Amino acid sequence: MTRLERNERLIKIALFVIACSAVSILAVITIFIFSEGTPIMFKYGLRSFLLGLDWYPSEQSFGLLPMIIGSVMVTFGSLLVGVPFGLACAIFLTEFSSRRLRHILKPIIELLAGIPSVVYGFIGVVILVPFIRETLGGPGLSVLAASIILGIMILPTIISISIDSLQAVPRSYREGSIALGATKWQTTKMVILPAAKSGIIASIILGMGRAIGETMAVIMIAGNAINIPRSVLDPVRTLTSNIALEMGYASGEHRQALFATGVILFIIIMILNTIANATSVKGKAAK
Amino acid sequence: MYLNPKIEQRVVQAILWVFTLATVFILFFIIFYILHKGLPVLSYNFLTTNPLDMGKSGGIYSTIIGTIALTIMSLLIATPLGVGTAIYLTEYTRESRITRVIRFGSECLSGIPSIIFGLFGFILFVTKLKMGWSILSGGLTLAFMLLPTIIRTSEEAIKSVPYNLHEVSYSLGSTQWQTVTKVVLPSALPGILTGVILSVGRSVGETAAVIFTAGSALRMPTSLFSSSRTMAVHFFILAREGISMPNAYGTAAVLIITILIINIIAYRLMHKFIKKYS
Repeated sequence: MTRLERNERLIKIALFVIACSAVSILAVITIFIFSEGTPIMFKYGLRSFLLGLDWYPSEQSFGLLPMIIGSVMVTFGSLLVGVPFGLACAIFLTEFSSRRLRHILKPIIELLAGIPSVVYGFIGVVILVPFIRETLGGPGLSVLAASIILGIMILPTIISISIDSLQAVPRSYREGSIALGATKWQTTKMVILPAAKSGIIASIILGMGRAIGETMAVIMIAGNAINIPRSVLDPVRTLTSNIALEMGYASGEHRQALFATGVILFIIIMILNTIANATSVKGKAAK
Repeated sequence: MYLNPKIEQRVVQAILWVFTLATVFILFFIIFYILHKGLPVLSYNFLTTNPLDMGKSGGIYSTIIGTIALTIMSLLIATPLGVGTAIYLTEYTRESRITRVIRFGSECLSGIPSIIFGLFGFILFVTKLKMGWSILSGGLTLAFMLLPTIIRTSEEAIKSVPYNLHEVSYSLGSTQWQTVTKVVLPSALPGILTGVILSVGRSVGETAAVIFTAGSALRMPTSLFSSSRTMAVHFFILAREGISMPNAYGTAAVLIITILIINIIAYRLMHKFIKKYS
């Protein structure tokens, strides 16, 4: 074997090792979060963690139900805001706007993804929260405020993935439908949207993942009180805020319980990712 | 209810217009609001003096340095790993179970919330490996977060390099690695850079993962092992604890301007790249 050939071999092996880095990092993170978080879950019982209502870490009471409900409420709230706006933008940009307008608007909308989450949270604190407090009542720091801000934050995810899947619909579908005398909207509604369905669903699920995982913005606007909200104007604490708020000073079992919170979050995210992955793969296979 | 399709089309088009305009309006509103409140605070002094009295007065110099240090650190780790992975996936192997596992792993990694990265970095780097709150711990954690983006964008960039360039290179007798380094990478560079620049944007804006790994010390960082506060963390603390609203707006304005510049550069580069190969 010449020196060149040996080098090529070595390079190939080195690149393979590098290529394994993402998977290894994922594995290490999973192992660490689970090994720190699961022992205490089994010590006090999964039931008391998932269904317990009281979170008093100093008295060994680690009920996460209010936070789980909080995360779910805020996430669905954000979808109520993000999905209509996101889909409308995606449909408008791919089907109804001129090429020129699309070239101007798309990068502008993509900029939304670049704005740091703390800035969103801040806008929520200085504008949205006082507005809700004065017009609708309650403390302002609420499920509603968090849902609206998170809804805006997931827009770029929903828009860009939906646009990709709408653009992936073959041109002949559109031409066929228009040739049959359908209007643009009829074509979109009856031909394009059904064809792009799996990608759009994947975009919504990924948006959900972003909303559930968002932390800093939610801490700033959701109020963080540990109770099950009775209305959308009540404050709420999510799983992510629970970790971020108490991590700074937690120790011993308290810290382990925060890792247990992380485990639950991790499992939810992995389920969402797997569903999103499966739907988009299924969509691609169908074409 | 029956609606004339033509009228329905008009109505829907109007609704879609309104929703899209509203989205664009929200974006402009956020940017202008922050700049409107923040720009008056900005001055040469604000950028070049250290924060005093927990950030109540003084500028943000040490947090700018902290942000730059952390960003460079994370990119120094994530870029070689990400580009290396992309080269392996596109040039050195065919689609197989291994590539699917690598892609799936990278996709999962990109879905993990930043607070989980923060938890992980805190337990592994800060406590177990005893690196403490430091630029090193923060940089490693951030690098893991950025890796999937760099892999994906580099892969796309490398894939879009026309295959005949490879063939020419091979026909001249070069090896695979020579082809990759001398032909493929230079052609794919703008695309790869776009991904790297967008990652800079993410690391500048990141808070949850950084605050638990790099800490929030206001001192000027002196080594890889000193704790440091980034602009985003500084902004979060100023706003959340109500330390100083003017300084919070000022910091936010610097953050927004940085993000705008980064996005414009990335967009420009991307366009050049797309033009070149289509």
